[in-house]
Amino acid sequence: MKIKEIQEEIIDEFAMFEDWMQRYEYMIELGKSLPLIDEQFKTDDYIIKGCQSKVWVHAKLDGNKLIFTADSDAIITKGIIAVLIRAFSNQTPQDIIDADTAFIDEIGLKEHLSPTRANGLVSMVKQIKLYAIAYQTQLN
Amino acid sequence: MFNVEKIRKDFPILNRKVNGNPLVYFDNAATSQTPLVVINSIVDYYSNYNANIHRGVHALSQEATDKYEQARIKIQKHFNAAKAHEIIFTSGTTHAINLVANGFSSLLNKGDEVVVSAMEHHSNIVPWQMLCERTGAILKVIPINQEGELLIDIYQDLLSEKTKLVFCNHVSNALGTINPIEKIISEAHQVGAAVLIDGAQAAPHIVANVEELDVDFYTVSAHKVCGPTGVGVLYGKEDWLNKLPPYQGGGEMIAEVTFEKTTYAELPHKFEAGTPNICGGIAFGTALDYMNAIGFDAIALYENELLRYATKKLLEIDGLKIYGTAKHKTGVISFNIEGLHPYDIGSILDKLGIAVRTGHHCAQPIMDFYKIPGTVRASFSFYNTKEEIDILVQGVIRAKNMLQ
Ligand SMILES: Cc1ncc(COP(=O)(O)O)c(C=O)c1O
Repeated sequence: MKIKEIQEEIIDEFAMFEDWMQRYEYMIELGKSLPLIDEQFKTDDYIIKGCQSKVWVHAKLDGNKLIFTADSDAIITKGIIAVLIRAFSNQTPQDIIDADTAFIDEIGLKEHLSPTRANGLVSMVKQIKLYAIAYQTQLN
Repeated sequence: MFNVEKIRKDFPILNRKVNGNPLVYFDNAATSQTPLVVINSIVDYYSNYNANIHRGVHALSQEATDKYEQARIKIQKHFNAAKAHEIIFTSGTTHAINLVANGFSSLLNKGDEVVVSAMEHHSNIVPWQMLCERTGAILKVIPINQEGELLIDIYQDLLSEKTKLVFCNHVSNALGTINPIEKIISEAHQVGAAVLIDGAQAAPHIVANVEELDVDFYTVSAHKVCGPTGVGVLYGKEDWLNKLPPYQGGGEMIAEVTFEKTTYAELPHKFEAGTPNICGGIAFGTALDYMNAIGFDAIALYENELLRYATKKLLEIDGLKIYGTAKHKTGVISFNIEGLHPYDIGSILDKLGIAVRTGHHCAQPIMDFYKIPGTVRASFSFYNTKEEIDILVQGVIRAKNMLQ
């Protein structure tokens, strides 16, 4: 599926929730079920230090697709990571470069992607894009 | 008589809702809320006598200057400073500390020692580290125990004739510990070291008597004592302030300027370059008047009651641990729940309209000491209630159930 389609699917899923409690409970579930990043990548080389929570991101190329794995020490942050990975992992670098992240606003999690939260997520989105740019250059 | 319901009416913001719930504001250690009298004094300034000070012959400038200088005197009286010009207006505690640290650049030599406590806000660490880098002075650290109290015995061992400066907070923002500053000051003076006490967290709860304490420098931020943001003061002993070179150059701080040589103005203006936060300084004075009218003794008594109630209630929650259990502390509770991240708890409390702080509270060394990424911090003010604490406790239980 294309990134845009996945994002729309996520928006539809979140539209079913009636209130923030259900949304958060879902995020927490997602966070708990996120496949963990390989321990060898849970190091300072892959860390994004937010004031509030830490995020680790690792990317590798599989054919012409980029595969992301990530982790966080906070579960809600991890839930959002799961959503981001679902949208951006297993896509070509060019598609990732072209994609936008406005869907996060639409699913009511905007506050977690505000730079003032300092939870590492804003930097994570940047990092995903940077990886895509780096691997795109490699593919060219 | 202390009447919290009456007091709450003074704070318009306490009526608002957050995420559909009545606001429960427990982030007072970061910034206190503003009573109507203070808001009105800001409106009054801009509506009636906004002008630059110390410069004009016209009526508005005169009025603004008078009010600003009256505020300085109020602050002087509040902290019992000997002279009004020992009160320097700054943009807050951070600015005040940087002013002193910068001044000491020219007074320290390589190999001199400065002593800091392990429970400082980054504001009271980084400027001194920069000072040490510039001068080659050595930074020594007073450790803390598990309760979050300074190890005074070790402090005494750290002091020697090489010690030139000691800096420590009066109250810790992350733990609420009230430090024995009388002892810290007198011990430092015995070896001839100067002492700066960061009073940012103490000012809302304790009135420091700088004369009695014999402290060399004391810093305060207005926004923690019901005043506006971006203004505060440095108290400095006259002798020290005369010894320190100016921090910033500009207008207001000069006596005479030629391209060959500039002579500096007298205290306090030597340290007040440029147009200050005039309105902020005046409103700061109003805020102290407001708090003094309620009475700091009554405030401390009531807040202590809130602290004891909240400590008891929170500890009933399974797996909850409080960091900072000093015998003497202010209304600050830093806690974690086993297995849960403070960010997650704080995010859910926010949804319930409860404002707490999460993270390392600009005091990373303390978090490293306890080997935790951060805490959830609830900090109380005299306008909070036991009912609000019940809401917090219910919120924490709800967050715990959702997250586990
Ligand atoms: C103990 C302590 N020192 C310094 C500061 C910094 O104060 P300001 O940001 O007003 O300069 C704070 C504020 O959080 C504090 O709690």
